[in-house]
Amino acid sequence: MHEARTISIEVNGVLREAAAEPRIHLADFLRHTLGLTGTHIGCEHGVCGACTVLLDGASVRSCLTLAVQAHGRTVTTIEGVAAPDGALHPLQAALAAHHGLQCGYCTPGVVMTLIELQRELDGQPIEEPAVRKALAGNLCRCTGYQGMVDAALSVLNAQQTTAMEGSAP
Amino acid sequence: MKPAAFAYHTPASKAELLSLLSELEDARVIAGGQSLMPMMNLRLAAPSHLIDLNSLPELGGIAQDGDTLVIGAMTRQREAERSPLVARVCPLLRDALEHVGFQQTRNRGTVGGSIAHMDPTAELPVVASALDGVLIIESVRGVRRVPMGEFSVGYLATQVEPDEVLVRIELPLWPEGHGWGFEEVTRRGENFSVVCVAALVLLDGAGRISRAAIAVGGLAAAPVRLTEAEAVLTGAVPSEEAISAAAAFAGELEADDALFVPPDFKQHLARVLTTRALRSALERAGSQVHA
Amino acid sequence: MTVLGQATKWIGHPVPRLEDGALLRGQGRFVDDIELPGLLHGAFLRSPLAHARITSLDVSAAEALPGVRRVLTYADLRPLLTCDRIPLAMPSGAIRFDVDPFVLAKDEVCHVGEPIALVVAESRHVAEDALALIEIELDALPAVVDPRLGLAPGAPQARTDCPDNLVAKMSAAYGDVESAFASAAHVIAEEFHIHKGGGHSIEPRGIVARFDGGDDLMTVWDSTQMPHQAKRVLVRTLGLFEHQVRVIAPDVGGGFGPKFVFHPEELAVAAAALLLKAPVKWIEDRFENFMSTVQERDQYWSVEVASDAEGRLLGIRGRLVHDHGAYTPYGVALPYNSATNLLGPYVLPTYKLDIELCLTNLIPSTPTRGAGRPQGTFIMERMLDRLAGRLGLDRAEIRRRNLIGPAQMPYDTGLKTRDGGAMIYDSGDYVACQARALEIAGWAGFEERRAAARREGRWLGIGLSNYVEGSGRGPFESAAVRIGPSGKVVVTTGAAAQGQGTVTMLAQLAAEALGVKPQDVTVIAGDTAASPLGLGAFASRQAVTAGNAAHLAAHEVREKILHVASAWLEAEPDDLDLADGRVHVKGVPGHGRSFGEIASALAGLPGLALPKGTAPGLAAAVDFRPPAMTYCNGTHVAEVEVDPETCVVKVTRYVVVHDCGRLINPMMVDGQIIGGVVHGIGSALYEWMVYGEDGQPLTCTYADYLLSTADVAPRIELHHMESPTPLNPLGVKGAGESGTIAALAVIASAVEDALRPFDITVRDLPMTQARLYGLLGGARP
Repeated sequence: MHEARTISIEVNGVLREAAAEPRIHLADFLRHTLGLTGTHIGCEHGVCGACTVLLDGASVRSCLTLAVQAHGRTVTTIEGVAAPDGALHPLQAALAAHHGLQCGYCTPGVVMTLIELQRELDGQPIEEPAVRKALAGNLCRCTGYQGMVDAALSVLNAQQTTAMEGSAP
Repeated sequence: MKPAAFAYHTPASKAELLSLLSELEDARVIAGGQSLMPMMNLRLAAPSHLIDLNSLPELGGIAQDGDTLVIGAMTRQREAERSPLVARVCPLLRDALEHVGFQQTRNRGTVGGSIAHMDPTAELPVVASALDGVLIIESVRGVRRVPMGEFSVGYLATQVEPDEVLVRIELPLWPEGHGWGFEEVTRRGENFSVVCVAALVLLDGAGRISRAAIAVGGLAAAPVRLTEAEAVLTGAVPSEEAISAAAAFAGELEADDALFVPPDFKQHLARVLTTRALRSALERAGSQVHA
Repeated sequence: MTVLGQATKWIGHPVPRLEDGALLRGQGRFVDDIELPGLLHGAFLRSPLAHARITSLDVSAAEALPGVRRVLTYADLRPLLTCDRIPLAMPSGAIRFDVDPFVLAKDEVCHVGEPIALVVAESRHVAEDALALIEIELDALPAVVDPRLGLAPGAPQARTDCPDNLVAKMSAAYGDVESAFASAAHVIAEEFHIHKGGGHSIEPRGIVARFDGGDDLMTVWDSTQMPHQAKRVLVRTLGLFEHQVRVIAPDVGGGFGPKFVFHPEELAVAAAALLLKAPVKWIEDRFENFMSTVQERDQYWSVEVASDAEGRLLGIRGRLVHDHGAYTPYGVALPYNSATNLLGPYVLPTYKLDIELCLTNLIPSTPTRGAGRPQGTFIMERMLDRLAGRLGLDRAEIRRRNLIGPAQMPYDTGLKTRDGGAMIYDSGDYVACQARALEIAGWAGFEERRAAARREGRWLGIGLSNYVEGSGRGPFESAAVRIGPSGKVVVTTGAAAQGQGTVTMLAQLAAEALGVKPQDVTVIAGDTAASPLGLGAFASRQAVTAGNAAHLAAHEVREKILHVASAWLEAEPDDLDLADGRVHVKGVPGHGRSFGEIASALAGLPGLALPKGTAPGLAAAVDFRPPAMTYCNGTHVAEVEVDPETCVVKVTRYVVVHDCGRLINPMMVDGQIIGGVVHGIGSALYEWMVYGEDGQPLTCTYADYLLSTADVAPRIELHHMESPTPLNPLGVKGAGESGTIAALAVIASAVEDALRPFDITVRDLPMTQARLYGLLGGARP
């Protein structure tokens, strides 16, 4: 039972199957078994958020989830966020427009967190402190978070008629 | 920082789970894994066998049974946080859940996992303590009901024996109209609490406190109930004086030394947060306490 | 040549970053993303003790584990190396002992986490399994943790190969400080401690090394700020020739200083690849990062300030005891930067600071974002606050009285920079900068806000800090601009990027000169094969050095295009225009030639002449050598709310007025500064690398060592002044690190102000809740 077992996961809409030892966590499985290196590893103890992916639609730390535990389930990673034609998701585009990324290492986790937030809000408006709280589980050392907060506000409140604050370049 | 090898088991039924637990040496159950996985990644935990509870949906679920809220151990923290039932009948739990970890860990972390792990600074054991929660523990030997107050047996250690598993938490509910308060101090925003306090009060028709419960977490290995303070409050007219008198007991609790939080600061925080939690609770119960 | 004030198409505009598309799609290429056939994985056995002698080391059981290829120790690697130690220390007359690091511990370990053995296995998991099988015996030796104790008589030796712990001694001094103090109206003495912290890029360090025997070529992918330095070290230590080593810094997930430093693991992994003739990867995990990546300083300052009756500074004197760590992988510039940046934007007539660097049994101490400057600024600003209190002056007023005026520029501070040049502030209006920050922040109206908040039971405080940052350190940086027959504009540079937007910045400059769009320019940075010479990222330097190099090279190429086209199109160069990759006669877009055609002609054909008066190739290479450092400056004003009961501090407002001369990409400059401020706020309030008395690190997770998060970071209100420097053609100053520099001081000032009724003095960082609780003592409400 230590030995590798076959794990099949629907990743970004495609059924992927590969063998892995039970001790391989989902982040390593995605990165090194499936070659989806967009999911990053920053701490492997669940605090930095760089490895955040969606498991059955909910944001989770892929370093704190075993690959075998994702067997038979669906996973969305950063590679599955842009449209098939390559067009950026509005949250991705807003991160670029508001300079919400610099080195880009934490960015995939940030995007996955914001996608879940957008889905949960379902069009309801959100205030800046709530966005900041939602991003508290994603460490970024480069940006000071302001650009990513502005990017999130611009997309999440896009349907609102109120004028947005912020420093959109 | 990769886990050591282990044998992985996915029991198909609770019976199989209990039988695995009784047969395997050096086995750990994994629920949400949000405390166990970091320890395994760091090789601070290296069990020979890992028994995954995620294959057992019957261990999840939230239901009201008369005056009791029954929460399956595998209920995700996020599910409880967003549960309309929890919000309606046990708002203290809902308020505390918002402070547990991060959204990404609450999506996976379980109510039972947090209580079974018994991190001294964790919020959920404090809530369970304030509510006089009962922990249902099973093994092939049978079912045990352990009151929260007797659950801890030391730092990160509980009454759960190696062949046992926590399957359910029963939280006796307070009557409609009760007040609640949950307060915590962290070292930085959304982070592990340093000290947290849960308070519950009930007022009688005359506006006196007919019942109170206060639990303090973070001072020692397990949450502490302020039974003397509760006694002082019971029968009292809500007032700043009464609150101070109750909070003074919190300031005298035994406190462990911890990095960044020396015992005297913990005791101070316990007193301050007890005061604040009681104020919130009394206000929510409909009392006007003037400072 | 583009000159200041001239209308620009790309320079000075918030051009979207060329880096973002790939990074947003998860298509970045970081070092751990690199997979190679037959790749092996490394894991290091690290010292569990702060100081010990290795009495036995047996790797046979580990080597016997299936899947393990080799377990390497110092004894295994030394035969491959040209020297016992890795020659890293930058020269300085102040250094007393040579304590360059070893590739792996030889016979003594000097800090927890020091690498002792390298397991190379088929997977990282198996490599870690093998670590547990290595049998090692250590004979514990006394550890030096507090540098003050390390310098005391009778202190234990932090290293048995050094007779004492005073590894370097120097001073920063000018003027007659003793006379200044003798004539002073006010003298205040203080003691400060600035804590240990780290760089904490979210991507830890990592390296992949491959030796190709067929090509006789070592290729190394290294998450480094300094690929050219890494190559030099590898060439020298492995006894290879320059053409045999190529170092590539791929996408690097943040640097912040520690990735400036070459670490022993970089050599160990490269040596393993050479020895095993197989590619080897080692990715630092976060636990290792806390135990083995260089960190910054414990600094203990004892200082006195002297002023006249009006609060004008007369002198500062004192002693700085600096934790140097166990080795010298860098040099002594960190405390020297602290000492020289203490001056800030103020007229300080006399100064004498004695600096003692103490060897300790801790991770080596080297610069992190700000590079010692936040510490010096903290000291000066704290002393000005103390002086203001003594004289009953407003904290802004005492600063105003001491600021260097614009008419005094250029201002010779009287100090030397660490490379020996005169430390001369080149430009800037410090008085106007402070005035503007105070106005934006509503300094004058703060007492009303404070009073209103008090009525609601809230305790507000305000603080300010000025700073100056020496930026754009030399001696040079390289950039070459090349256009081949394809017509593609390619910029290669010795600069290296870790998120600063260096690629976009250089593309903007080339695009401006050549009439193309930035997205049509390819920039290759961080690859030693692309640029023979280069330095890399440090000292907020790449816009100044690489920027001006690319700017000058692109203009040389532009001149060459105009020269050739002028003959071909029979038009004066002034009548030609460059647009969309073509040169054409002004007003007649159809009458022109493409860059590719010109490049083809300059590429030459066998036996045929080049266009008249031209040298081969449509290319130019410039190594820009800044004549001196250029000094950016700024003022920070912060408001905080402190809960005196819980001692929780919340930063409620943060205003920055910043002057880094001309802005090439204002959006990216803003990002650099805002990020730095939030890093600095973390240093002021949360981050603290704590060690036990035995040298054991106690804060090795992000639950213990706390970085600023989005929910505690305030919105930074950032405003620019633009005082272009006369020291380079673009008029730019560095901006990369400046955000951090004032943050410690401004938060301390604001917290102290919020608790003014309790009369506390903040002397030690970080300002943890427990510390504030202690400072409040019986006075708290």
